[in-house]
Amino acid sequence: MTSFLPPSERIWWNVPVGKQEIVWIGIALVWCLIMFFMMPYWHIYGKQNLSNEAYQTTPAKFQAKVDAMVEQYQVGEEAGFPIVRPPAGSDVYILGRLWQWYPILELEKGQSYRVHLSSMDWNHGFSLQPVNINLQVLPGYEMVVTMTPDQAGDYAIVCNEYCGIGHHTMLGKIIVKEK
Amino acid sequence: MSQFRVCPDTGFYFDKSAESLMKANAVAGAVALLIAGIMALGVVLTRWQEVHLLPADLFYQVLTAHGINALIFWIIFFEIAIMYFASSVLLRTRLAAPRWAWAGFALMIIGAVMNNVAVLQGNSSVMMTSYVPMQAEPHFYLGLILFAVGALIGCFVFLGTLVIAKEDKTYDGSIPLVTFGALTACIIAVFTIACGAIILVPTFLWSIGYINHIDAEMYRVIWWGLGHSSQQINVAAHVSVWYLITGVLFGARPMSEKVSRSAFLLYIFFLQLASAHHILVDPGISSEWKVFNTSYAMYLAVLASMIHGLTVPGAMEVAQRSKGYTKGLFEWLRKAPWGNPVFSGFFISLFTFGFIGGITGVVMGTEQINLIIHNTIYVPAHFHATVVTGTTLTFMALTYLLIPLLFRRALFLPWVAKMQPYVFGGGMTMMILFMLGAGTLGVSRRHWDMDFTGAALSFEYPGTAYMMMAVGAIGGVLGVVGGAMYLTVTVGSLLFGKKLDENAGFLQSFGVPMPASSYNIEQPERLEMASKVVEEHGDGGFEAPGTFVLAMALLVCFVVYYFINWDYLSSVWPLS
Repeated sequence: MTSFLPPSERIWWNVPVGKQEIVWIGIALVWCLIMFFMMPYWHIYGKQNLSNEAYQTTPAKFQAKVDAMVEQYQVGEEAGFPIVRPPAGSDVYILGRLWQWYPILELEKGQSYRVHLSSMDWNHGFSLQPVNINLQVLPGYEMVVTMTPDQAGDYAIVCNEYCGIGHHTMLGKIIVKEK
Repeated sequence: MSQFRVCPDTGFYFDKSAESLMKANAVAGAVALLIAGIMALGVVLTRWQEVHLLPADLFYQVLTAHGINALIFWIIFFEIAIMYFASSVLLRTRLAAPRWAWAGFALMIIGAVMNNVAVLQGNSSVMMTSYVPMQAEPHFYLGLILFAVGALIGCFVFLGTLVIAKEDKTYDGSIPLVTFGALTACIIAVFTIACGAIILVPTFLWSIGYINHIDAEMYRVIWWGLGHSSQQINVAAHVSVWYLITGVLFGARPMSEKVSRSAFLLYIFFLQLASAHHILVDPGISSEWKVFNTSYAMYLAVLASMIHGLTVPGAMEVAQRSKGYTKGLFEWLRKAPWGNPVFSGFFISLFTFGFIGGITGVVMGTEQINLIIHNTIYVPAHFHATVVTGTTLTFMALTYLLIPLLFRRALFLPWVAKMQPYVFGGGMTMMILFMLGAGTLGVSRRHWDMDFTGAALSFEYPGTAYMMMAVGAIGGVLGVVGGAMYLTVTVGSLLFGKKLDENAGFLQSFGVPMPASSYNIEQPERLEMASKVVEEHGDGGFEAPGTFVLAMALLVCFVVYYFINWDYLSSVWPLS
């Protein structure tokens, strides 16, 4: 009379289901549907969504875009990285490579930027701290995310996808300034 | 030719070749668990920043070996043993094609050894996921491929055994629920291995220079059809084992065959879609794809798990109540055999899998919430709740049940066995909870140094994050101690446990068959259908009210935690 014996009824699918199971299945199903519709709901009313805009690219092409931005908008230097201040609302570029996030961006609080991300070599993980926004960065793909920094301060980009022996040294920086 | 023996304690019939194969697979699994456990110690003692034991290269190497041995080798060896049990023992039939089964086993051993050698040599520290274009040695991939082919043979032996049982009419009516669950696991395993072959074969060819490029995103999408789905085999397998354990310990019968089997069917249809959980913040994938897949098409597989969450303890409650434990809501649970490691292991596993593993999995698998969780240490915290305190602890509990039945030995150091589920389950739960906390603070997974020593720029995690990593590591060490206790009891039982059958020798523990005289039954009697239920609840009330209260508690935790995470998400920078 147990779960490891053949069912007691030959036609077990005709045995009526108890009230308790029916009530629970009903409750669970409603919860599942709520969770499902939360995602489209957030796409319409929420403020944190990915556009899923992405392009195929090559390391060389992406590097060229980064270099052009650095050349045009560089305002300083820190620890060997150029600090770049592109105009609000513009396209900005960050590349991941062994083991750097390049360059350092200086953004203005409350303004939106189209941030382009790609990798020069392996998988990297863009982890903006301490805000805690995490994105996967792949070679051959250029992902575009519109970000609107809503607080001033210095932010770090930690690499959170394993990328070899120097993985833990891969830190980048985004500076957000008040207007 | 007689080839069956009957277990005098339980009445289970063991086919000679199935018995040897189950032992061999279970022992191989335990060896993989031993390696995984030793590696685990290296991992936790390094991530405990104040201890920071290993240098970076060794840490990544150890982490790779830990992941593969624990998540793939230990679990799949053990699952093959479970499949043979659920088919040949539960259906009282001979095993199909035992020679093929041994060939599959040999391939799995060769593959596991080859892969471990590749990792130990040091040039294949690519993590279990081995994302391209980071490259491992060719025999790293080849080892995994051989292992998978061997496991696939095991799946087909299982299916063949079901066919033989049906042809020989060894049972009456439909296959038991536990076998149905194992069949679910097998179907998911075939899908999983197919995904593995589709991506690992080209990757192997790429590693020897025959193919010059593998797209990084394509790799991730298909690899997760292997990586995540292999963990779904576990879910189906350990839920089946839960039903088995409640059946053996309490004589519990499913509350409803239809409901439990439909829930398994939902797993077959929808569980695989969850490989999308890993792709939620990747470039080039549309939100429509993400939303549909990450939610298993409207959370139908979550629904299935919530159903098992009610029906597994519910079946136990009904059985306990019929024995007279009817006081209040929870006498059936209070008076359960908490000192029996088969029960305590099972129940701790059920609880932590549902409350921690299940809830965190759904939360982080929500498309937008994944933005604040992806690749943080929250992720391994979640899957340790599912695979370690869930699957592994269930398999440990099952081992305590099988040592007398299958290996015909009494448990060695029973008091250690009695404490083991509490030490292992407790330690791992502590580690998991603090890792969840550290992940919420942004601490990265797969990261050697949260101080970023040697980086040109700098960043400091909050002090709380360090505290959480340290406390979590202490839990992890406790977990390793619990794992060592398990291996002490199991290996000790095989070596020194009192023999319940005079032929249960040392070599017999590793799969060498017992002498022919042990097998004195030519064909077991046909397996009868379970006896009919006597209608005992005519009032239309709830049969298992205590379980219903527990289920509602789960739901409340679930809802609250789910919306807390949306709230947290709404506080980060707007993204579009």
